[in-house]
Amino acid sequence: MYRYDEFDHDFVKARVAEFSDQVARRLAGEITEDQFRPLRLMNGVYLQLHAYMLRIAVPYGTLNSKQLRMLGHIARKYDKGYGHFTTRQNIQFNWPALSDIPAILADLASVEMHAIQTSGNCIRNVTADHFAGAAADEVADPRPYAEILRQWSSVHPEFSFLPRKFKIAVTGAERDRAAIQTHDIGLHLKKNAAGELGFAVYVGGGQGRTPMVAKKIRDFLPEADLLSYCTAILRVYNLYGRRDNKFKARIKILVHETGVEEITRQVEAEWQELKDAELRLPEEDIRAIDAYFAPPALVDRPEGDEAVKLARLDSKSFSEWLDQNVVTHRHPDYAAVTISLKGIGETPGDASDSQMEAVADIAEKYSFDELRVSHEQNLILPHVARADLKAVYDALVDIGLATANSNLISDIISCPGLDYCALATARSIPVAQEISRRFASLERQREIGELKLKISGCINACGHHHVGHIGILGVEKKGAELYQVTLGGSADENTSVGEIIGRGFSSEEITDAIEQIVETYLGLRLDRNERFIDAYRRVGPAPFKEALYAGEAKAA
Amino acid sequence: MKVLTANRLADGIAVWYANGGWAETIDHADIAHDKAAEDRLEAIGAKASAANEVVDVNLIDVTVANGTVEAVRLREKIRAAGPTTRNDLGKQARPQAARAA
Repeated sequence: MYRYDEFDHDFVKARVAEFSDQVARRLAGEITEDQFRPLRLMNGVYLQLHAYMLRIAVPYGTLNSKQLRMLGHIARKYDKGYGHFTTRQNIQFNWPALSDIPAILADLASVEMHAIQTSGNCIRNVTADHFAGAAADEVADPRPYAEILRQWSSVHPEFSFLPRKFKIAVTGAERDRAAIQTHDIGLHLKKNAAGELGFAVYVGGGQGRTPMVAKKIRDFLPEADLLSYCTAILRVYNLYGRRDNKFKARIKILVHETGVEEITRQVEAEWQELKDAELRLPEEDIRAIDAYFAPPALVDRPEGDEAVKLARLDSKSFSEWLDQNVVTHRHPDYAAVTISLKGIGETPGDASDSQMEAVADIAEKYSFDELRVSHEQNLILPHVARADLKAVYDALVDIGLATANSNLISDIISCPGLDYCALATARSIPVAQEISRRFASLERQREIGELKLKISGCINACGHHHVGHIGILGVEKKGAELYQVTLGGSADENTSVGEIIGRGFSSEEITDAIEQIVETYLGLRLDRNERFIDAYRRVGPAPFKEALYAGEAKAA
Repeated sequence: MKVLTANRLADGIAVWYANGGWAETIDHADIAHDKAAEDRLEAIGAKASAANEVVDVNLIDVTVANGTVEAVRLREKIRAAGPTTRNDLGKQARPQAARAA
């Protein structure tokens, strides 16, 4: 994986010193909160309901064991023994004292990590497919390009005060696991007919109060043009993006209001000015970054097939975990493992200090020291020999992280909601927990099949509810929590925004409503192979509306 | 009825104005029963904010039950107690502090 060079080390160290000085001046009363707020936000420090919150960047979701161990250390020493992995593949701590943050940042810098640009109206952490570098179906590892974008966008003088925040995601496979069409810029790394690498470029996706699916503005952008083209997009946005209204300031609104053809014309025109100048990426520079992401030396381990076969016979729970949480690797003797942070009744995305340390140990021993954070709030061991899967499973059982529910209904994305967040209008975590408990039976979950359920505690949609097969949005109505349900969203290569199904449900009613939706699906699907999302696209909302509300209409 | 709340600058912990200082629990916060009292609390908040003791100062609606102050809105109830999903965290985790306040 990427290692800091001298420049990176100096840059992060200088930033820690700068922000430490700003914190000291704030604590001494030399600068006001109004002066300090933009500075702390640029360094990932928010003020939430109970305390400050620190969001730490995990570039394209890639971590090594030492880094995860450090996150565990920070959770124990400076926080309350746990951290929360986010949909931007980052981690948040919920209780740090402002006065401790300089020490936390110094600890992070010692393992090549930081919290720069995890907030503010700048280019945020670039996300990538969590199976990048391991997936059997990718044309190339997308992370070198995410790293190039990271270097280009870090304290970029022109793009540090955009109209609004800006998010970029990259995938290297046809099957989109990085939700690129919900991003300001989505990049799909692919090969053209000549076998050259380049990108399909999508612009103007996003969630929040105005969800939009990104539009493809270029089918093939040569890799050398990555930075010049992104610069052209950002320039058009920076110039014409609305600064008069925060709710209309994202690029999705500009794309929507300007029209795809015109925005494409503007971007292409800007690009003509830039494409042959200094932003053109030299081949040797791309390959130099590539080298950092060279795959580990995967020695053949053909004994894996037999070992897995025997272990399956020996343990039903191992077998179920294997079916659900283990996916094919590009090397047939290896697999990529999803460590579910969605234990039944647990807080989605939370991990304790000791779990982080134990997972770091497992990664060091069995996954070439590599880990990923997924945008679905799980951890990934990208390169596990099939022969070692049983040992990994046993180690995960020991720390309570062997829940076999990847992509099932209890694998819920949930924002922190009103239990932590100052912007939230309703709680999300308790809703996730209750649904998880209701569907606790793995047998039942497997019968239901793939079902992406996502919950947000306010219209900002951090819990990605718009693109959940089932989405839940918590709002406050007449002083009480009310949960609105959307159906038919998805965040893959066929991205769609869910449709509101009808009136909302109280916190007492919401789990029953979800169960009714699931039972309706089970009753109408063609067979077990027709997933919830496919069935919904075939039949539309009517049967679900009927199931949820028909009784009311009759009663009325 | 309103009370004055904020977060402490140095550690961000939620606090409420009580007896001439900032208490870590809402239980015995100073209550404003009328506009004049609200103005007085607001002035105290503005001063404390200017003195860099606290940030994000707000007046919030409360009721009184069994001699203790309770927030009206769910958001403020959660601030006053801690996450509803983790009763080992936040103010609710420290009953002795609540009694002492």
